[in-house]
Amino acid sequence: MATSKDMQTAQQTTRATSGSLVVERTGPLALIQDAGRFGVRHLGVAQGGALDWISLGWANWMLGNAPGAAGIEIAIGGLVLKAERTLRLAIAGADLGATRDGEPLATNGSFMLEQGQVLAFDQPKAGLRAYLALPGGIGAEPFMGSLSTVAREQLGGLDGFGSALQIGDRLVAAKASSETRDMPSVAAMPQDEAVLELVTGAQIAHFDGASLFAAFNQAWQVDSRADRMGVRLTGPELRCQMGGMVSEGIPLGAVQVPPDGQPIILLNDRQTIGGYPRLGALSPIACARLGQCAPGTTIRLSPVTPHQARTRYRHQLALWQ
Amino acid sequence: MNLSPSPVLSNSFRMETVGMDALMVRLFDAIDEAHMPWILAADKALRERLGEALIDLVPSYTTLLVHYDVETLSQIEASRLIREALQNLQPASTAAGREHRIPVWYDDSVGPELSRIAERRNVDTDEIVRRHSGRDYCAFALGFSPGYAFMGMIEEALATPRLKTPRQKVAAGSVGIAERQTAIYSMRSPGGWNILGRTAVKLFDRERDEISLFRPGDRVRFEPISREAFIEQGGDTTPLEER
Repeated sequence: MATSKDMQTAQQTTRATSGSLVVERTGPLALIQDAGRFGVRHLGVAQGGALDWISLGWANWMLGNAPGAAGIEIAIGGLVLKAERTLRLAIAGADLGATRDGEPLATNGSFMLEQGQVLAFDQPKAGLRAYLALPGGIGAEPFMGSLSTVAREQLGGLDGFGSALQIGDRLVAAKASSETRDMPSVAAMPQDEAVLELVTGAQIAHFDGASLFAAFNQAWQVDSRADRMGVRLTGPELRCQMGGMVSEGIPLGAVQVPPDGQPIILLNDRQTIGGYPRLGALSPIACARLGQCAPGTTIRLSPVTPHQARTRYRHQLALWQ
Repeated sequence: MNLSPSPVLSNSFRMETVGMDALMVRLFDAIDEAHMPWILAADKALRERLGEALIDLVPSYTTLLVHYDVETLSQIEASRLIREALQNLQPASTAAGREHRIPVWYDDSVGPELSRIAERRNVDTDEIVRRHSGRDYCAFALGFSPGYAFMGMIEEALATPRLKTPRQKVAAGSVGIAERQTAIYSMRSPGGWNILGRTAVKLFDRERDEISLFRPGDRVRFEPISREAFIEQGGDTTPLEER
């Protein structure tokens, strides 16, 4: 994504030891993520990065960080962190029932965590992934320009080898102090239904008319087979007349349709090339929304042009200027 | 001008909308080694012309995916730069890609499909090794895992479909074939290719300046070595798990 350049500057900030958090308990999956890894996809390296880059951006914004500075992507909850030194933090995204020493915290907001206090995430009340920002981002050594953790590729994260956060891990803020800004009210997390904008293109002309009508007029369900590589949708069977396809580069949000006719939306940890026909790709804003959709969520796909998607994307970036 | 979703024809390539910030440049329709000099030339020209506005460029067998910066370029501007870059394109010389010699210990213990493929074709395993190592291969595209190159083409007579049931774990360095392509597993991962042997060469090494040994367009030749030589090069002789 275009914000990659901002992020790299954030990571180059010198490492400071002015505030740190220790992992006391891990949930299903807590990962260090930033905007992702760029300029290396031709080497087979995945993009990675925060699925809901908008929520990471807001968490960073509240502390005056670059929108793509590295933070923690907390999926489903369960993470418990203790402050070794007092520091300001910000959270945004899913409501995972976050508490400070047992007292509920706002879903989107910044707060001080005093030395010895405990920040705990419980379980999802709305959305799937919460993002935690530290002053200046997380001080650690980037690999290929990013701290993003891609487990499958054994890249990124605290150790550089793709590990999720472990009990005893120490997260160091990249800066001693930060600004504090209040977050404006933003779109609510998707609950039961989400409309996702799809930039049409790629092999869409090879799908039959009834399939195209169904794709944009019928409801889809988010399947339980969903992770950072891709999210499977179930619904009407889409038919493509295309025979074999030669593998080609796959953009973020690509909506590919394997022979079973059920689409898979390819997200940040997708492989770099693939050979299934595609309807196009979700807009980056839609990808961020999808990252918050629990299995069973109803999805409606709405066709947009690249120009419309770009206008909305730039509007989002402008909010952080 | 609305480019979406129909392909735009310009000279001998097509440009297709594939996302908000991505255009697919399609030069060919089928896999052929003879296409690589064109893909490499297009890769170079696009990198030069788009400069800072290029976020990622992913060449593959017949296409190049251009991921551009929408903060500075509209789709119309991006497509104009792409057309300019590809005007009067001349194929790169075959010397454009680098050459690699990859020592491989071909053996049943680390390459269980070696004797199976030999049996099926009624030849001995040496014949399979001779044929697999007897020609230069072209790295068409990198993908699947970091540093993993899809290479070809192997002889028609060696072409073998993927395993019906992929292995859960294929060791790093495993050299495999599938249909008319060959590849080396760059890290331990699941995989369904027919494994013939193993190399001690690291395809993706963060300690090395060039982290990925291969780049698209490189030429690769396999060199059969003994078990002793493989061990001397630091190779891991742990047999490959069956499934």
